[in-house]
Amino acid sequence: MSDTKIVDARDTFCPGPLMELITHMKQSSVGDTLELLSTDEGSGADVPEWVNKVGHEILSNEKIDGVWHIKIRKAK
Amino acid sequence: MRILVVGGGTGGTIVANNLARRLSAEIRSRRVRITMLSASDKHMYQPGLLYVAFGQMTPDQLYRDQASLLEGTIDFHVDPVEKFHLDQNKVVTKSGKVYEYDILVMATGSRIVPEQIPGLVEGAETFYTEATAVKLFKRLREIQEGTVAVVVGVPHKCPIAPVELIFGLHDYFKARGIRDKIKIKYHYPIGRIHTIKEVAIWAKPEFDRMGIEYETLFNVGEVDVENKVVRSEEGTETQYDLLIAIPPHRGMEVVEQNNLGEGGWIPTDRFKLTMNGHDNVFVLGDTTNLPVSKTGSAAHFQAEVVAENIASMIKIGTPVRDYDGKVYCFIETGHDSATYAMFNYQNPPDLKPPSKPMHWFKMSYNQMYWTSVRGLL
Repeated sequence: MSDTKIVDARDTFCPGPLMELITHMKQSSVGDTLELLSTDEGSGADVPEWVNKVGHEILSNEKIDGVWHIKIRKAK
Repeated sequence: MRILVVGGGTGGTIVANNLARRLSAEIRSRRVRITMLSASDKHMYQPGLLYVAFGQMTPDQLYRDQASLLEGTIDFHVDPVEKFHLDQNKVVTKSGKVYEYDILVMATGSRIVPEQIPGLVEGAETFYTEATAVKLFKRLREIQEGTVAVVVGVPHKCPIAPVELIFGLHDYFKARGIRDKIKIKYHYPIGRIHTIKEVAIWAKPEFDRMGIEYETLFNVGEVDVENKVVRSEEGTETQYDLLIAIPPHRGMEVVEQNNLGEGGWIPTDRFKLTMNGHDNVFVLGDTTNLPVSKTGSAAHFQAEVVAENIASMIKIGTPVRDYDGKVYCFIETGHDSATYAMFNYQNPPDLKPPSKPMHWFKMSYNQMYWTSVRGLL
């Protein structure tokens, strides 16, 4: 099990949190865990939608002090 | 004080020129020296490539001699860096020369990596190089009917380009009188048609008005060149007659080879624009790992902050301001109208209706760039 990589996409409108996550997922290896930090209100739903459609795994999804913390494991 | 700027693109050139002016007295008295190392003696205006793809500019209009853009006090060499020894404050170039520095500015940019997606090089046209932009234009001239599919790799430079491409295609085929025979299908990696929510909200009814088909959550997985099918990582596929790709990008190889950052993107403080762990190394433009658009505009605004801070460090011993995430992107909405998106870390863009004057401003800026990159505008 590798360490969790933090993808800090707080306060960004372009390229935006999901695009940042996809970039980092492409740079990661299968089995890696990434934690996305996002202040975009939509991330709580947008990110799981993509993760589930492409076939990765959501490990946790919670909002703490206005910041979404979404942990994803790269599955393929 | 030795300032070394690595990279002669938009960011590096503006930093160097801005510093040369701010520190002209220090340079004259030989207390400061500015050196620039670049891989090329030419400077390309990269946004012009989209115009080349539509036959509105020719490639020769995109270039100037790099030396002609630089203040005369800048020591400029075409000799790309191959080794960075950040712990020793020195670099080694392709020719074997060693350059020591007190302050390093990293502005090496990014590169396209279409080969990362199977079939993309063979099956898709693009416009991110001079040769591919010309080739795309020839394909656009040839096509008489069928499906033109647009796909978008991640990450990519100039996030507005996919939308501008669609508006351009619609107007181009309309002008040729064959728009009714061409189906344009747009594919985008996330769950709306542009990553900036405000752009997506504005563009969706425009796409509907123009009859553009779109599929979201489509990350290009592979191109089946023989059967002319592009497949997504999400499990869907589209048949095409002409495939146009915004290719995925990475940072420069030299960054990866020197283990300076994953994917070739250097870990950078989003406000100070210094490399994490190295207070005398500034990073800007595409080279950073920041969640900021990879555009000449971002590089420009970052360059002004970096230059002002380096100059003030030399003059008063401290940097004076932070980068606030500012980006200003023109959005061409066809061949005779445009709008823009301006935003920073805290404030989203407020899109205005497209207008002809904004298009002519953009056309003017295409020429004014050469003044801008000299640090005069």
